[in-house]
Amino acid sequence: MQALGKAQGAISIQNVGKIYDPGGVNVVAVETCSMDIQAGEFAVIVGPSGCGKTTLLNAIAGFDTITQGEIYLDGQLIASPTTKLSPGADRMVVFQNGALFPWKTVLDNITYGPVIQGAMAKSQALEAARELLKRLGLSGLENRYPEELSSGYQRRVEIIRALINNPRVLLLDEPFRGMDAVSKSVMHEFLLELFDTSRCTMFFITHDLDEAIFLGDVVYIMTTRPAMVKKVLRVDLPRPRDHRALGTEKYLELKRQTLEAVHEEALKAFRAGEKELA
Amino acid sequence: MDAGECALPGTSTGGYVMVLRLKEWFGNPEFWRKVLGLLLFLGIWYVLTAVLTLPRFDKIPDPVSVLREWFGTQPVYGRSIFTKLYWLDVIYSVLRTYSAFALAVVLGVSLGLVMGWSRVFFDYSFPLVEILRPMPPLSWIPLAVLILPGVEIAVVYVTFIAAFFATVLNTLLGVHSIDEAYFRAAKCLGSKPKDIFVHVVVPGALPFIFTGLQIAMGVAWMSLVAGEIISGQRGLGYAIYEGYSLFQYEQVVAGMFTLGLLGFGSSAGIRAVGFRLMAWQARKRGM
Amino acid sequence: MTTTKVENRLCSPLILHRAKRFLNIRTLRGIVSLIGFVVLWQLVVVFKVPYLHNLPYPAEVAETGMQTLGKKGYWLNWGISLKRIFAGFIIAQLVGIPLGLAMGTSRVIKDLTFPAFEMLRPIPPIAWIPLAILFWPTPEMSIYFLTFIGAFFIVVINVLQGVTNIPVNLKRAAASLGAKPSDIFWKIMVPGSLPSIITGMTVGMGVTWNVLIAAEMIAGRGGLGRMTWEAYTNNALPTIIIGMISIGAAGYLCSSLIRALGDVAMPWKKRF
Repeated sequence: MQALGKAQGAISIQNVGKIYDPGGVNVVAVETCSMDIQAGEFAVIVGPSGCGKTTLLNAIAGFDTITQGEIYLDGQLIASPTTKLSPGADRMVVFQNGALFPWKTVLDNITYGPVIQGAMAKSQALEAARELLKRLGLSGLENRYPEELSSGYQRRVEIIRALINNPRVLLLDEPFRGMDAVSKSVMHEFLLELFDTSRCTMFFITHDLDEAIFLGDVVYIMTTRPAMVKKVLRVDLPRPRDHRALGTEKYLELKRQTLEAVHEEALKAFRAGEKELA
Repeated sequence: MDAGECALPGTSTGGYVMVLRLKEWFGNPEFWRKVLGLLLFLGIWYVLTAVLTLPRFDKIPDPVSVLREWFGTQPVYGRSIFTKLYWLDVIYSVLRTYSAFALAVVLGVSLGLVMGWSRVFFDYSFPLVEILRPMPPLSWIPLAVLILPGVEIAVVYVTFIAAFFATVLNTLLGVHSIDEAYFRAAKCLGSKPKDIFVHVVVPGALPFIFTGLQIAMGVAWMSLVAGEIISGQRGLGYAIYEGYSLFQYEQVVAGMFTLGLLGFGSSAGIRAVGFRLMAWQARKRGM
Repeated sequence: MTTTKVENRLCSPLILHRAKRFLNIRTLRGIVSLIGFVVLWQLVVVFKVPYLHNLPYPAEVAETGMQTLGKKGYWLNWGISLKRIFAGFIIAQLVGIPLGLAMGTSRVIKDLTFPAFEMLRPIPPIAWIPLAILFWPTPEMSIYFLTFIGAFFIVVINVLQGVTNIPVNLKRAAASLGAKPSDIFWKIMVPGSLPSIITGMTVGMGVTWNVLIAAEMIAGRGGLGRMTWEAYTNNALPTIIIGMISIGAAGYLCSSLIRALGDVAMPWKKRF
């Protein structure tokens, strides 16, 4: 996982809309959503549960189509009502409930991508994976199965599995949801360390505003369904960041600016009876 | 935090552990209750058949005479674990069941995997499978005997059919049970369809497949016995029926229990193989 | 889930939509394969494929089928088989469900009964036939007994599993709300194990059918199994096939009944 030489991974989302059709009744998940994410930027998408954030992620990853608008990756069209680019290693995903293959060891999980793509020979990949685990303080886990690890370890392994493929974009769908505060802060520092080294574009979804401001360069606040960009916040806290940043005046100021907007949407979602999409 | 290795007990420690375990067993009230339950069952059986000789129970042999026949060196009716005849029947039954089972596994798992994997294939094959499946395997016997060359093949065929459908269904369920996220992750990681089949579909469906195999084994034994009774060509089913028609009822009961043991052993064997192959499940830690 | 009405061009009338859904490519493929199966059958007989050419032509089977459907005796056989299935099945539920609940609730009862239970369970129900004939005064009763055996063990195992799988917290919540042990049994354990009871019934039904057919073939008088067996002894192949199809249909009907029962008994479980 090297630092990318040329800045790559700029995502341009233009007037994207998505309408589902369950049971013959149209459901508008996303409506005229537009974002411009620079290469190497850490973008965080915040919004109440079930508002359509995952739909955007699925569209970028290539899991689902959009019914309106276009999405460009480094100038190349990857999604429109008529086109869809199949999922690939340039847009790696870290899933909400974890998708480490339970039947493979940690090492096999991590080396799976490079080996199957033919990018590295098996022995090479194993070396690289071991090095990586050692560097990140996770040696000793190599021959364990995911089910034997705590969720914190599982998540980290999954992030490593994604990043070892040198993706242009890393898409994370509420990866730390449901973790306790202590584990979460460990995860944050872990992720930021990797981000600082690789400078891979991050597309991070969460409903936690603190997490968003702490991690991101830019925060997009979404409305409840149908999802639209309600407010954009530029986070100019200096990098590298650590937990001390959470106490600074600057941080609190940023939070103050966005708190009202997020709270308002949360109430709307609650009143609309959104079921928590657990 | 370094996830260290767990130390395997050496031979001396292992022996000590065994003694501890045995002590645990014998000291446990649960264990003694189970022994009591078993003795009660045998006792009631004995009393009903040998002592009280109630009107209908008198024809049923009592446990003592059954054991005498089954494990005796000089069986009155010529069949015990010490006679060649007994083992001949066992071998016949086992060979038939296992060969039918093996064929059913190979064809059933393959079909189930392909059906779960390819929607087109599923659409074409599922209606056929669903129409043929509810037909009880044993209802195939008349047709099979008349069409196929030889009764032996007919019996194996019927056993095969029973095991086959059970395997296909469970394999199918297994493939469908795999979380969509694993497929997506595999695609992101650059897998081609062949890779997804080998690295996601097969391992993911394995737990269900093994449950299906155990069920298939049980069903295979059931069908085999019926087939043997009806076709009359040696084997345990035949032995049971012969015992019945010759009034040698101890044979009947001994045969029944032999079947039970074989069936139980076969399923346990499959479970053991399953544990081996699915090591990732066995090592689940309780958190 | 909030839904938003979108403009006219995206709305479609519900009925047309549902019709389109049914006549899609997937059901068409199924129909094609069924037709293909019949065609293949015909070809196999016409081209004298070894062994399989002894099969009757599909047309013959269809004709015999139409004739049989008109005979009163045929429907009588249906009644006889169904009566036997339900008799043995219901008795298995009446004995098995309480036993399973008892075994699941009381450790003592489980330890006492489990050894005998586990010893008898692996014995294939069909192996019980000689003993059943020996013991019961009439063949009819021995058949009821056999169908009972077929379903009994499955029911008990499933109920046992269901009871043990009830989350401890449900029982605790009930206790803290003031429930007596008997309340907990009737209001938590019984409904909580209903899904497993229904599963046990569904699986048990399949096995019981198998046993019934074997029992009828070997020892019964009347019934669909017997009818098929008699056709066998008369070498009447078309009737054998009709018999097989009838048995399959009857089995499917019974399983559907159980499924419907399950839906009624457990309105809180959505059917997907």
